[in-house]
Amino acid sequence: LICCYRKPKTKRAKRFLEKREPKLNENTKNAMLIKGGNANLTVTEVLKDIYAVKKPFAVLYKRKNITRPFEDQTSLEFFSKKSDCSLFLFGSHNKKRPNNLIIGRMFDYHVLDMIELGVEKFVALKDIKNSKCPEGTKPMLIFAGDMFDVNEEYRRLKSLLIDFFRGPTVPNIRLAGLEYVLHFTAVDGKIYMRSYKVLLKKSGCKIPRIELEEMGPSLDLVMRRTHLASDDLYKLSLKQPKGLKPKKKKNISHDALGTTYGRIHMQKQDLSKLQTRKMKGLKKRPAEKSAQDGGATPKKSKSA
Amino acid sequence: MAAVRVEAVLAAAEEEEAEKRRSITVEKELELEYDLGNLLAVDRNPPPAAALRGAGPRREALLRALARDNTQLLVSRLWELPAERAGGAGGPLVAQLPEPTFRLPREKPAPKPRPPTRWEQFARLKGIRRKKKTSLVWDEQAKEWRRRWGYKRAGGDPSRAWLAEVPAGADPEEDQFARLRREKRERVARNELNRLRNLARAHRAGSAVPAAPLHPTGHQDRDELRRVARVARVSTASLGRFQPRLPKEPAEPPSRSGGKKRRFQPLLGNLAAERSRQLELLRDMGSKKPVLDITRAVNKQLRAEEAEAAAANKGKKQSKRGKRGRRQQRPGRSGKKSGARRQPQQQKPAGGGTGG
Repeated sequence: LICCYRKPKTKRAKRFLEKREPKLNENTKNAMLIKGGNANLTVTEVLKDIYAVKKPFAVLYKRKNITRPFEDQTSLEFFSKKSDCSLFLFGSHNKKRPNNLIIGRMFDYHVLDMIELGVEKFVALKDIKNSKCPEGTKPMLIFAGDMFDVNEEYRRLKSLLIDFFRGPTVPNIRLAGLEYVLHFTAVDGKIYMRSYKVLLKKSGCKIPRIELEEMGPSLDLVMRRTHLASDDLYKLSLKQPKGLKPKKKKNISHDALGTTYGRIHMQKQDLSKLQTRKMKGLKKRPAEKSAQDGGATPKKSKSA
Repeated sequence: MAAVRVEAVLAAAEEEEAEKRRSITVEKELELEYDLGNLLAVDRNPPPAAALRGAGPRREALLRALARDNTQLLVSRLWELPAERAGGAGGPLVAQLPEPTFRLPREKPAPKPRPPTRWEQFARLKGIRRKKKTSLVWDEQAKEWRRRWGYKRAGGDPSRAWLAEVPAGADPEEDQFARLRREKRERVARNELNRLRNLARAHRAGSAVPAAPLHPTGHQDRDELRRVARVARVSTASLGRFQPRLPKEPAEPPSRSGGKKRRFQPLLGNLAAERSRQLELLRDMGSKKPVLDITRAVNKQLRAEEAEAAAANKGKKQSKRGKRGRRQQRPGRSGKKSGARRQPQQQKPAGGGTGG
């Protein structure tokens, strides 16, 4: 409420506040990468690599923050409010939960979903020695495995991962710039995340042949605890405002085969004045014309 | 002979095509689901679990092959999108992505339209619209175009004004500069107060407070405090019947109907009160002044009419219609006055009937 009382005195402050207020078309979601009180080397490396993938839409906090997200969410919500980030990745390590990553998202600066994942194997960006794709490339996302549809928790995890790695929504994309792909496979209770660099090779036809080169961070994850939002809160967060729906054009309908039908409303036509094709045989002969005029020839009317 | 050759040629051509396509075709049991707006593909085929169980390079190779197949399918779909060359003939090939279809939750709830301020309500009622003002004004003194307000404005710097005329009816000893400064301070303070009031009204309307904070915050107005006090009083086990009142608080009998229906005084109650009431009634009847305040009634009626006219003419030429509408109301006005005058005359015989 203090933001309502105090009016911004500079244009810069006004722009800052306008960026953070709720809008019809929202900004790209930012992610905050936080280290827990006892984060070890593996977890720190994971956070650094994910930061490299998500730049510039991510914030990496350097210092360790002693909090437990599953017990107390106020600290996370405070950070989210301060840095205007709605996605977070919290890394920690202890004997009971080694190499722990908590991935989550916020709605209206309150925690919506949180899923705890354990990192079993991690290969960093710097371990694989090859050329990387440029920073800020929009990745292609592929999810393999029927678990992502069957299990409710996996479904939320899929939604979370898409939200996390999606990047900005763009209307056009340069086809040669599709260089980065993130592949998630759910098998046997484990989730394998692999990142590849895409090489487009010549094939006989227009569509190129794909060759993949292992590039970026690769993680073997196992799902631990979850804190999912209740159904009604989730539905509320999914609700889109009315202004976003595209305006439907009336009188236009589409066929199943792809034909577009339109309906045009005409005014009433005077059929006697309708011009049809000229057929010489149907032309009025002078005898018929005089009969129609009632015997009055045009010459006579002129003289009168 | 020729026909056979043609067939052979066609078959050969088809095989060549198939050969070319073989490098980019992928066989899958279930089709993938695509969301091209998000560059997303979902593969529902169950992966070979047994093969992936064994650790090591075999698993990596399998995963890589699976990824390659899926990526090939996704890229084929992306390449089929309508594409054009951006920036002329030599530029890169750019495809137009459709809208993303996968529903993801929003970051913040959708913005609610704020309720109109007091001025906006009044303007809508009267049909007043904003006059477009130019941002630059001609300054005679400086002989150039200056801003209307802000840095280097048209009227000259107000803090360096060396002359302040004493207005006609003012005290000659008064400090005019001080008066100007004081009035500006007052204007700013009034503006700020109105802005905060509008904010509070919007906030109250927006949040729809059925449970107002029952502890005093220092920022509540009289009506809200009265409402809250009443709620607090009634929330005891005996519904507020035995709550002690403050010295000046009026004693309110508990009205089960909420004060809507007529309540009649008991027949043989307070004789003195009844006598004084009857005498007052006679006095009012005997006086020449009408009980109904005609001017107030007429103004109320006019305002209601104007609001109706303004609401009805919404969307059409508002300003012109507003003036015309007001002009048309004149013959109606006198009619309303006579109607208003008729009412007190009607009441008098009825009052006389009950009194007598």
